[in-house]
Amino acid sequence: MNRFAFHRFWAVVLKEFVQMRRDRVTFAMMVGIPLLQLMLFGFAINSDPRHLPAAVLSADHGPFSRTLVWAMRHSDYFAFVREVDTEAEARRMLQLGEVQFVVNIPSDFSRSLLRGERPAVLIEADATDPAATGPALAAVRAIADRVMARDLKGPPAALHAKPGPVEFLVHAHYNPENITQYNIVPGLMGVVLTMTMIIITGLAITRERERGTMENLLATPVRPFEVMAGKIVPFIIVGYVQVSLILLAARFIFRVPMEGSLVLLYGAALVFIAANLAMGITFSTLAQNQLQAVQMAFFFFLPSILLSGFMFPFRGMPEWAQWIGTCLPLTHFLRIVRGILLKGNGFMEILPELRPILLFMAVAMAVGLKRYRQTLD
Amino acid sequence: MNSSDPVIDVSGITKRFGNKTVVNGIGLQVRRGEIFGFLGPNGSGKTTFIRMLCGLLTPEAGSGTCLGYDVLRQQREIRTRAGYMTQKFSYYEDLSIRENLDFIARVYAVPDRRNAVNAALERLGLDRRGHQLAGQLSGGWKQRLALAACLIHSPKLLLLDEPTAGVDPKARRDFWDEIHRLAADGMTVLIATHYMDEAERCHRLAYLAYGNLLAQGTAEEVVRAADLTTWEVSGPRLAALADAIRGRDGVEQVVPFGNTLHVSGRNAEKLETALAPHRAGGEHRWKRIPSGLEDVFIALMDGAEDNYQ
Repeated sequence: MNRFAFHRFWAVVLKEFVQMRRDRVTFAMMVGIPLLQLMLFGFAINSDPRHLPAAVLSADHGPFSRTLVWAMRHSDYFAFVREVDTEAEARRMLQLGEVQFVVNIPSDFSRSLLRGERPAVLIEADATDPAATGPALAAVRAIADRVMARDLKGPPAALHAKPGPVEFLVHAHYNPENITQYNIVPGLMGVVLTMTMIIITGLAITRERERGTMENLLATPVRPFEVMAGKIVPFIIVGYVQVSLILLAARFIFRVPMEGSLVLLYGAALVFIAANLAMGITFSTLAQNQLQAVQMAFFFFLPSILLSGFMFPFRGMPEWAQWIGTCLPLTHFLRIVRGILLKGNGFMEILPELRPILLFMAVAMAVGLKRYRQTLD
Repeated sequence: MNSSDPVIDVSGITKRFGNKTVVNGIGLQVRRGEIFGFLGPNGSGKTTFIRMLCGLLTPEAGSGTCLGYDVLRQQREIRTRAGYMTQKFSYYEDLSIRENLDFIARVYAVPDRRNAVNAALERLGLDRRGHQLAGQLSGGWKQRLALAACLIHSPKLLLLDEPTAGVDPKARRDFWDEIHRLAADGMTVLIATHYMDEAERCHRLAYLAYGNLLAQGTAEEVVRAADLTTWEVSGPRLAALADAIRGRDGVEQVVPFGNTLHVSGRNAEKLETALAPHRAGGEHRWKRIPSGLEDVFIALMDGAEDNYQ
């Protein structure tokens, strides 16, 4: 009588499933949100940007410097918008965002090249959006090697040895930490789960209160934990559907490498989903109506997306922001997903990140249970 | 529990919301198999009192038992054994009738659930509507569903909060027939209502106004205790007559009842003195009638207003 009863918990689970099935709009949202976000973040942000505006600051007018610029243009990554004459002018254009790159060719470029001195070409990049500059910078070395190999025939061909005939120095301005392309899609998994899980469960108890069914539920012998657990379980399954959708897209559309164990990833996702659901249910015990519950969910969602390291490099944030980020489950889940997928981390490596999520879940659940009123007073 | 023990036996039950006393020291006894009517104007504390009986609210003061369990400490035991029908329909509108019943049956761990649900559907004539969503039902059908749902775990006590509000007369009569059948089988029923005809169908009554219990007993007892004298007047221009006599010393209430006026007062002699000049006119027919429940309740409510507002 005074303990958890499976039959009551199960009654709530079944009821939630039927209600979920009836609510077509919400159901569509749960499948639609991951797909929409995948398209937006996956394609819009993470495409391979070409034709980036660039300027040349060339002190050398020999044939080799012209060949280099021509080759870079033909790689499609660089669109040379103009030639500049002074360092200051180049810097200003970079600062205003008029160009993404400035290519500095030293005065004795052609001559040093022929002498086999490996002249250095400096590429200054506006790396505020590292995803944009990364692919172009990666391409530049290959271009130079290929083109110079064709032009340097005869004696200078000896230069076409290992390190390459030209040395490229890249100076990334404004944002020294480069996020690789593969960071976004795995990170999206955590973002999508946070968003949908918290909003949907945030409505779970406020909806019962608003529709007046709460009074009835309270008059039955159902215990708070049975209600909370019963409302969480169906959404864990929804969460798994979302995880699977994103993993399929990551694998077959975005070709994200998957180094680690997917079983481990699904296990970690369970903990993360449960933590978010507990948070959502807690919001719904605090909110007076459904609108408030949605607002609370957004208040939680915003710092999650901004301070977790999804949008901005975590180490680049000020200390107070890092401190807030550390309290959020998404921060830790992002590291787990990226760790498992990209670095092939195992259980022992993700454990330090799993613990804070478990702690978060316990606290959220405790607050929710305390706030769930068994009576109407 | 001995069958002669009262099913509900409480005293001094008090509830405040802020500094407003909503239920003020109410005591009641309801016996097994009794249909107990709970009457009073809106906001008189009927719903609050019922919610305290089934453990949804905690009384600030008072003591007593419900189904033999302490109303302050054993709320869970009461909840599992009582059926509570809320004033507003509070089952799931996005679940079908059958799914709603099935949910409630699971929550109460009803043995042989499938048959219990089928039996409940059949008994209330809902068996062919089982697949229909509860939200699409009319008021009368929703009320049937709610009654079926709160009966599914075979409770010993039914607490019904204005169950027939917004239900047509035929459905109301069917509903009351069902309540009487249940009571005959030993079910105890506490029912809050506004309707006088329903009050007269109850075995015993209690009248509440502004949180205070003003009268308790059978309909006859309540009427007798009020000691009210009532005259029925018929004839032309009753509205003018009503204006003329209203407010006279001894005339406590003047209420139109269809083509007649009911004029009542607690002091029979004073009332007669006040009415004498009008009766002498001979324009109207005057008849002294036994006071009805409605006369008594209106008188009680007017008196309560003077004392508690």
